[in-house]
Parts: sequence; C-alpha cells; structure tokens
Amino acid sequence: MADGPLRSNLPPLELHVPEPRSRPGDPVDFSDVIVPAAGSMARPDEAVSPHDMRDLSFGLVRVLDDDHKAVGAWDPRLPAETLLKMLRTMALTRAFDERLYRAQRQGKTSFYMKCTGEEATSVAAAAAMQGDDMVFPSYRQQGILMWRGYALTEMINQIYSNRGDKLKGRQLPIMYSVPELSFFTISGNLATQYPQAVGWAMASAIKGDTRIASCWCGEGSTAEGDFHSAMTFASVYNAPTILNVVNNQWAISSFSGFAGAERTTFAARAIGYGIAGLRVDGNDALAVYAATQWAAERARSNKGPTLIEHFTYRAEGHSTSDDPSAYRSAQESAEWPLGDPIHRLKQHVIGLGIWDDERHAAMDLELAEMVKAATKQAEKNGVLGHGMHQPFETMFEDVFEELPWHLQEQMAQALEERAAKWPK
Amino acid sequence: MNMIEAINSAMHVMMERDPDVVVMGEDVGYFGGVFRCTAGLQAKFGKTRVFDTPISECGIVGVAVGMGAYGLRPVPEIQFADYIYPGIDQLISEAARLRYRSAGEFIAPITVRSPFGGGIFGGQTHSQSPESLFTHVAGLKTVIPSTPYDAKGLLISAIEDNDPVIFFEPKRIYNGPFTGYYDRPVEPWSKHAAADVPTGHYRIPLGKANIVRAGEALTILAYGTMVHVAKAVVEANGVDAEVIDLRTLLPLDIETIEASVKKTGRCLIVHEATRTSGFGAELSALVQERCFYHLEAPVERVTGFDTPYPHSLEWAYFPGPIRIGRAIAKIMKD
Ligand SMILES: Cc1ncc(C[n+]2csc(CCOP(=O)(O)OP(=O)(O)O)c2C)c(N)n1
Repeated sequence: MADGPLRSNLPPLELHVPEPRSRPGDPVDFSDVIVPAAGSMARPDEAVSPHDMRDLSFGLVRVLDDDHKAVGAWDPRLPAETLLKMLRTMALTRAFDERLYRAQRQGKTSFYMKCTGEEATSVAAAAAMQGDDMVFPSYRQQGILMWRGYALTEMINQIYSNRGDKLKGRQLPIMYSVPELSFFTISGNLATQYPQAVGWAMASAIKGDTRIASCWCGEGSTAEGDFHSAMTFASVYNAPTILNVVNNQWAISSFSGFAGAERTTFAARAIGYGIAGLRVDGNDALAVYAATQWAAERARSNKGPTLIEHFTYRAEGHSTSDDPSAYRSAQESAEWPLGDPIHRLKQHVIGLGIWDDERHAAMDLELAEMVKAATKQAEKNGVLGHGMHQPFETMFEDVFEELPWHLQEQMAQALEERAAKWPK
Repeated sequence: MNMIEAINSAMHVMMERDPDVVVMGEDVGYFGGVFRCTAGLQAKFGKTRVFDTPISECGIVGVAVGMGAYGLRPVPEIQFADYIYPGIDQLISEAARLRYRSAGEFIAPITVRSPFGGGIFGGQTHSQSPESLFTHVAGLKTVIPSTPYDAKGLLISAIEDNDPVIFFEPKRIYNGPFTGYYDRPVEPWSKHAAADVPTGHYRIPLGKANIVRAGEALTILAYGTMVHVAKAVVEANGVDAEVIDLRTLLPLDIETIEASVKKTGRCLIVHEATRTSGFGAELSALVQERCFYHLEAPVERVTGFDTPYPHSLEWAYFPGPIRIGRAIAKIMKD
C-alpha cells in the first residue's frame, strides 16, 4: 500500500458499511420506519413547482387509516366498482404467483418471481393510468397485465416457454412483452427501462400525442447509472413520465441501505433533479392510486415528470433461486408496519358495506380455480421441462429483420444437428 | 473442493496474506454471493474488507480502479457477466489504460470476477460469454479456468498481478465437469483428480495453457466448460486429439498452441460465445499465420450461434457433442 503522509494527530478515517437492523434469528426492529398518520400529508395542486413540495419526498402519503377508512386530501374517492376491481386484480395477482411459484418447484419452468406484498404498486398504479399509457415495467409488475386484462394462459405460455409462447421461448419466465396492452418488453438488465421510458415519453411529446409513459424499478436499481441518466433527461426535457421506485426494502440479500436509504429517501432523489417527488405507502392501494393519478395529471398537462417512491416490503424471496431466511429475520414480513395491501383494501371495502368475508373467500376460490384452469390450458402447449418446443428456425428469426447469410448457414447447421440428434 | 470452493479458497488465502486485498460486489458480503463464492469471507475478514455494494456495475468497477490507485488490490464481483456492460466504460477506457496513459505512474491491480456462460436455463440475460469484448481491449488480461485446481491457482495469480484482470468463471461447471448432454447430470468434482485442491497458496501462471490430453491427430483449443465437452467427445469417438485448455486468453500461450498444431496439422477451436468476431476468429488467424504450411485441413470453429441465448432452445444453441463431433469428422476427412 502506498505510504501516505502519516499525521498522528489526526483520527484514522473510517469506512461506513451499512448494516440492516436485524438478521436471521434477531428480533425484528422497524423502529426506524416512521409512519405518519393517514391523511396527514397535504395534497398540492398538480401544477405545483417541485420546490414547493419537498416535504412530500420525505413524508408518506397514506389514505387508509388504522381502521381502514379513507381519510385526507389524497383520498381518490373511487367508485365501488373501481375499488372492487382493484381488490380482485390484486387477489388474482397473488393467486397467480402462488400457483406459478409451485409450477416452478414442480419443474415446469426454470424460474419464477413473486410480487407478494407489492400488488398495490402495480395494480393501483395501472388503475390510475389510461389503458394506452405506455408502461416500462421491471419484473414484479405482473399486476399491470392483470389489470389490463391480459389472458392468463398467454402469461403462463410465456412462463413455460412452450409452443404457445408468442415470444418463441426466448425470454426468461415472467419477462413478458405485450405491445397491444402498451406493456414494454421486460429486460433482465436492471434499470435499462428507465431512460427508455423517458425516451418514449419524449417521443410522445415530439409527436404531440396525449399518451404518457411510466416505468418501474426496485430501490436497489436506483444505484444504476441508467436511473440517473433517465432522471436528467426527464428533468431537462420535462418528459411526461411517471418514474416509480418500488422500495421493497431488499435487493436480493442487500437491504435498502446499500442503495443509499440511510441518508435520504428514494423520492428525494427527485429534488436534485428539480423533479416532483412523492413518497407513498405502497401497501395502501388508495394512496398508490392517488399518487399515480396526481402524477399522470401533472405529466399529461405538461407540468413535468414525477418520481414516486412506493414504500413497501418484499414478503417473499427475491426469486425461486433465493433463500431469504439466510439473510433476514423470518419475522420481518409479519411485522412489517404497513400491513398487507390486499388485507387493507379488503377491510376498507368491507367497512364501506360493499363487500364481506364470505364474498372474499368465494372470490379467492374462484380466482384459484381460474388460474388453475389457465395453467391446465397452457400445459397443453407443453412445459419447459418437456423439451424444446420451438422449431429450431425460430432461434435465428428476429435477430435482424432479414436473415443474413451467416445466420442462414447457422440455421441450416442447427437443423442438421437436430436431424442427427433425433433421426426421424 | 468444487470450483466455487476453490475460488473461495483463493480469496481466503489472498486476504490472509495481503491486507490490501478487498472483496466487493452485489450480495457478496453477509450472504456470500448468489453462487456462494464469497461465503464466510466477511465473517472472517470484516466489513471493511468484504462488503456489499450498490447495484451499480459502473460504480463497482470505477471505485475498484480508485482503490487500486490508492494501493489496494480489489477483487470486485459482477454478479453475472451479462451485467458487466454498465461497468464497461470503467473497464475499457479507464482500468485498461491507466498504466499507459500515466506512463506507469498509476495502475489498476484489480481482478473482476464474474460467472459466465450458459447451460443453466438462464435465458439471454444470465448466459452470455462476453470474453472477446475484453480480449479486444489493450491492457486487460482475460482468464478462464476449467477446473477447481486451476481456478484457485489462476485467481491467486490474477490477484497478485499488477494489471487489471477479468476472471470469468464458467458457472455450468461450478459444481462439476459436464459432457455437453443436457439430460445428463454434472459429475461431481470429487470424481476427478483436478478436484484435489491444496488449501494453501499456489500459483498457476497467467499466460500458460494446459495440455489436458495429449494426442497426435488433431489439436482442439478450448477454455472453460468447453474443455470438458471437447474432451468427452474426443474420448467417446476415439479420436487421437490433443486437447488444450487455454486458461488465459490474454496473454495467450501461443507457444503451446503453435507446437501442438505443427505436430498434429489440424486445429479445431471450440467456444460457447457467438461465432462472429469471437475469440475463435483470433485463434484461427493466429494458427493460419504461424502454422499455415503445417496444416492438413482448414482450421474449424465450433461456437454458439450468432443469436442471443434462447431460453427454451438453450440446448440447441449450446455447442454440444453433436456439433463438435461433426466438426471433428469434417476436419479429419481431408
Ligand atoms: C445490471 C444488472 N446487475 C445485476 C443484476 C442482478 N440482479 C437481478 S435482481 C437484483 C436485485 C434488484 O433489486 P431491486 O432493484 O431492489 O428490485 P427487487 O428485486 O427488490 O424488486 C440483482 C442485483 C441484474 N439483473 N442486472
């Protein structure tokens, strides 16, 4: 090591390495999580200057109070129909995750990722946007497809990489692509969708369109350069974008401190860029709806982009390849101070007298059956474990619009190899 | 030891010997890495020498360059080689040229470790082999082991080396060698002599290939997973091939290659990466330049196809026994 000038009268410098408050076997400590009362945050006009709404980047927009009543200025006052549709879609997302997670365990596919506990951050956000607003999701926003009515069998075909998979078995499971529902193709490379969403929104503005764009990433991914490039462009060009950060506390085994959460909030990242920043209770579907609606209105009226931090908790493992019990206290998810988003919305609609436990139990059964039926349907097209469902030609299609000579040669080679392997 | 344990052991040994060695990367600290390569290091060496990083490959590599400039020997991990791209400017424009542009006054003695290659149903974002991007850059060394013994000895050399090294770990053979047939399990390393890995310090020099199997009829150049696949095919088909594990792509052991091809008169190059502008093209050019008058047949390349790695057709993409067997047959015909 280089010999620095040793000045014995100075204290040695120290490196700070963040450490979460609890590890496996420890009692859970959420004392650092400050939960302001529902309804306590002001709701500025959508046209407000980012400078005049700084406290919204540090507080927590909450609508549902401890008794599951909607209170305060952010209450979106949704009709019963919308509330019940959100509840149903969130429950469907969970039922789907349960079943497909099990399918992975049964060897029907290679990989799966659940969004348990985070259903509101996609479903309620989708509910507050127009159906043709473009979304650039990360890999836990299956709720958007559910909200937009995508066929479950199509999703499962993709997960199984089977004959029916319209992505020709190329993508990892859950990395959907549904342009007809304005759902951008998902990338496994974190945060790359962020500048792309801003670019799409800029294009929409260049063309004088009315559609806005929205993107999602995890709090861990905010450390990527792409996130910051996107923020700069969104700010410079006032791009009509909603930039969502789903702060679910964990990025695989790394807690949010490794993305900078010890110093400031993720919503406050907006401040340095002169962008509007909102921090919301991500387990409160009404708060997510209200914040998204606010941001969408702001973007649509050319008032600028909004960064929304959804403060939530990843109740399950990162993916089927993960074992969360190896790095976090088992009690965390049960003791998460903001509860469960489905339970909270359910209690809210029950309180309104438009729902009850019996109907909810019946709905859960119905949704489980629906997913099961869709799974059976998709399995008719095969599952990943049963071999290579796509014709070998498909491997070479779509690399370019037209097949160049070298890919033609390689395609011929692949077909020859297939004939050698499985002589018919 | 399997390859994961051997890699872990190399870092362990080096951290014990040299207080300037630090290990960093996504999930490498408390958890010990998603493939467990850094397991136990933080508990032993503390949080200021083994730590998790933000998910920022550009940050990870850039910070490692700065640490190297201070005098540390950082060993950053990129979780999958497919995610090295956001860090590539720091690797290519900075780490690789620091010594050159400062006339040797600043160096970046960093070893960037990353699992690479396919065969685990990782789809297009967990399967790529980007090695030739790095061999194309002046100033970077590229190392790829194929056994636990080599992995440890090479990693120790890489960490001790004063130049920036990219150390790609073939994840398909982390747990044991494999024959290229996806429906056959990986064999445990305990079945192979190569699994005998000393617990202490030893080096395998960078730039030295390994003749894993001597032969007279044909030279096969391979590295990483493909060494095992090539060897299995050669043995199954009873070909008298010399199989050379390159171990280091840059610097390359041209002497061993040249001597072998001059002896056998035939050369087959096998890699998993896409074909066009892959490292095989470089090898092929070198062999033609140096051994042209000794060649009995054109140099052949067996590679992945020029497409992204397809999830469900992974095993049709993978350069397996059929592709290699057919190439051998073709090359031996002349
Ligand atoms: C560029 C890049 N680097 C690393 C990875 C590996 N990786 C996949 S998911 C993940 C954690 C992401 O955490 P976060 O952004 O918080 O999202 P979450 O999974 O919590 O929803 C990592 C490191 C990746 N996919 N892409």
